[in-house]
Order: sequence, then C-alpha cells, then structure tokens
Amino acid sequence: MMAKPYFRTVYDVPREEYLAPGHGLCAGCTAGTIVKLLLKVAGPNTIVVNATGCVEVSTTPFPYTSWKVPWIHVAFENTAAVASGIESALKALKAKGMIDPAKRINIIALAGDGGTYDIGFQALSGMLERGHKVMYVLYDNEAYMNTGIQRSGGTPEYAWTTTTPVGKILKGKVQQKKPIAEIVAAHRIPYVATANPGYFADMMNKFKKGLEVEGPSFVHVLQPCTTGWKFDPRYGIVLARLATETALWINWQQEEGQFSVTVSVPRRKHVKHYFELQGRFSHLTEEDIEKIQKEVDLEVDRINKLVGRTVIGPLVE
Amino acid sequence: MTQEKLLGWKELPLGGAILEPGNSERRYTGDWRTFKPVILQDKCTRCLRCWIVCPEPAIYIIDEPYTTKSGRQFKFSVEVNYDYCKGCGMCVEECEPKAIDWIEEEK
Ligand SMILES: Cc1ncc(C[n+]2csc(CCOP(=O)(O)OP(=O)(O)O)c2C)c(N)n1
Ligand code: SF4
Ligand code: SF4
Ligand code: SF4
Ligand SMILES: [Mg+2]
Repeated sequence: MMAKPYFRTVYDVPREEYLAPGHGLCAGCTAGTIVKLLLKVAGPNTIVVNATGCVEVSTTPFPYTSWKVPWIHVAFENTAAVASGIESALKALKAKGMIDPAKRINIIALAGDGGTYDIGFQALSGMLERGHKVMYVLYDNEAYMNTGIQRSGGTPEYAWTTTTPVGKILKGKVQQKKPIAEIVAAHRIPYVATANPGYFADMMNKFKKGLEVEGPSFVHVLQPCTTGWKFDPRYGIVLARLATETALWINWQQEEGQFSVTVSVPRRKHVKHYFELQGRFSHLTEEDIEKIQKEVDLEVDRINKLVGRTVIGPLVE
Repeated sequence: MTQEKLLGWKELPLGGAILEPGNSERRYTGDWRTFKPVILQDKCTRCLRCWIVCPEPAIYIIDEPYTTKSGRQFKFSVEVNYDYCKGCGMCVEECEPKAIDWIEEEK
C-alpha cells in the first residue's frame, strides 16, 4: 500500500522561498518553477551542487546569487563527483563530532540533460555505484540550451536543434532519446522517478521521497524551454501537462525496485497537440506525426503490461 | 536592470564566493516586460496556481483580509511584484477563473 502523499494541494506547499527573484532565466523558463519548488521541499538545510547550464549561469551572475542555500559549481562534468565528496566530508565531520550527527543535511546535485545524459554520466554512474546519499535532479530541456540549442542524448527524435538541422535530407534529430532514468534504475538505487512541473504535487512528493531514502536517488524532470523549443513563453506548464496527457512523458517511480505510474492518464491525447505548439517540430508532416503516435502507442502498451493494468488509457482526442 | 560597482581582486572573497544569500533580489528584472499581468482581486479565488508556477518568483501571498464586492471573504490576497515580473504570461494561462488581466505596458 502506498503511503499518503505529503503534498496534495497548493495549501501544503511551504510559503518560504529559497530561490530569490532577479535571476536571468528567460521569461517563462520552467526551470525557475522546478528549482523554486525543489527548494521549498528541501528547505534551508540543503547544499546544492550545480553543473553548468542555464540554471547555473542564470542564477549566479557574479557578484549576485539567487540561491538562499549553500551552493557550489565546479565544472560541467563532475557534479555527481563533487556531491559525493561533500556527502563524504559531512560524514567525516559528523564522525569527528564537528557537526551534530543527528542533523539531516540534504545534498542535491542539479544538472541539465547535456550535463547528465552525456558529459556528467561517468560521475553520475560512479556516485550511484558507490551509494552516496545524494539526490540527483536532472532538469531536461532536451538540448544544450545555455550554449545555443545543441542536441544532446536527451533530445527527442525529430527535434530541430542547431546541430540537428532540418533540410532536404535531415528532419531534425535522427536518433531516439536515451532512456536515462531506466539506465539509472539499472544501478538498483533506492529511488528513481520521472516528473514534470505540470503536476507540481507529484513532482514535489518525488523530491521529498528522493531526499528521504537512505542512498542515492534520481529525479528526472521534464523542463519545457521557451527559447529552444520555440513556443510562446506562456505555454511552459501547458506543454509540461500535454507531454503527460499524450504519454510522450510518463510520470513514474521505482521505489526499492517497485515500479509504478504515479500520474495515470485515463483519456490520452494525440501527440499532435504537443507538437503543434512548438517550433522545433514545425517541419513534421502528418505521416511523421502518425509514425511517432504509433511509437507512443507501443510504449503505452509496454508500460501498461509492466504495471499489470491500464494506467495509460486509449487515445481519445 | 541595476549594476553595482564590482569589487577589485584584492577585495573579493576567497574563491570568488558570493557571501550574501539571495542578493539577486537587487537585480530588478521587471523592465524585461512588454505585457503585464494584473490580478483582479474580486475574481481571484485564491487557488494559488499562479503562485505555484511563476518562475521568478514574482507572485506573493499577502496576509491581509479581503472582502470581494459580492461579499466573499478571504484571509489573504495574491499579488504580482512588478519589480521582478518578466511578463511571461504563464500565470495568466494557468488561472482557471480568468482573474488575471493581460495589459500592454506603456513606455
Ligand atoms: C567542459 C565544458 N564544456 C563545455 C562547456 C560550455 N557549456 C556551458 S553550459 C553548456 C550547455 C549545458 O547544457 P545542459 O546541460 O543541457 O543545460 P542547459 O543549458 O540546457 O540548461 C555548455 C556546453 C563548459 N562549461 N564546460
Ligand atoms: S534557454 Fe530555455 S532553459 Fe535556458 S533559460 Fe531560456 S527557457 Fe530556460
Ligand atoms: S491563479 Fe488566478 S484565481 Fe488562482 S490565485 Fe492566481 S489570480 Fe487568483
Ligand atoms: S507574467 Fe510570468 S513572471 Fe509575471 S507574474 Fe506571471 S508568471 Fe510571474
Ligand atoms: Mg539542456
């Protein structure tokens, strides 16, 4: 039986803010929403290790910072290694009695898709294998956005980026999105989840769970990016929800090996509703979209079989 | 947006650390805006959706009682801080009761 969720309505969300305004994220950047809510869950006893990327660059324009908790950036590729080191150092300080051993200090590694799927993967895998008690949060905007929209292992098939152009031969990215959360889950860590800010309570409960488990946890969050995906900035949260309503993005978790879908979708929408709001997919023909729809249908079947019942329903609109 | 005088290298904290948490509050991003959201307090149901999604954050809960024209009483209000609101429109899109006006900024 699943425990009662901690966050159910907006009124359960703490009022305290640990992300200050004045950061330079684009107007309508859902990374702001995600980080703000993440810090509300974690609270003040938290250390954040941040890979470079939009969040790092935009929240720390020297000599300013938007962070109200201790925060460190070292390099692009070693976020998980730095977080591992901090966790080990805190253990040592506690053992020496220099910090109260009972004090809970959250350590959060925060990185983009470029910093996780590709360049930070070795450090991440090492951290998981060694079993450090760190929550790794991947905010996935599906490209290297901070340097001008280059494709990453997290860019979906068919998406336009500056390095997956659209022309006579190519229709955006050729390869599929790497199943990073499943790759992480294969490390058999206590907690792995996928989330998106369109379902804030689900996302916040996953952050909470990830911080509670004894050992590494990983929360993979979809982060709609107005600049790179080319949509009107007001639609960030609408797109996050549409991703789940179309089952292009399924919110699931794996807790101590137990897989479950946490946001069921009784009536599924056609993927075209998600694509039509975004310029990065504007080159897709109806046939292309139907082909993607068939791939999603197969994935939905697979997930429903895995769960043992219909958690993602039939296509209705 | 304001820009304060930068410290010289002899005055900087070791490692270029920033010692004042959340001091980006002195960077006012309100001048990014071309449209502004205006919350209509009489229509607002205090559902807090806008407060959840605003990425700055630029929507604040103000603990002052408010009585609407139709007599509905609330313990608090929800307001936009225009020093920081970048005018993305996400709050407008999320507001189900359509209690947020969207108004073009004047020069
Ligand atoms: C080793 C190294 N290579 C390249 C860069 C330049 N760089 C800075 S941010 C960035 C893109 C980060 O992409 P992602 O991790 O997806 O985060 P996003 O910017 O999309 O939030 C790159 C390539 C760097 N800082 N360090
Ligand atoms: S480029 Fe995308 S991810 Fe980066 S700040 Fe802008 S909206 Fe956010
Ligand atoms: S979303 Fe609309 S109704 Fe809800 S609190 Fe904000 S302004 Fe009020
Ligand atoms: S327009 Fe955007 S920045 Fe301004 S209050 Fe609404 S959500 Fe926040
Ligand atoms: Mg990215």
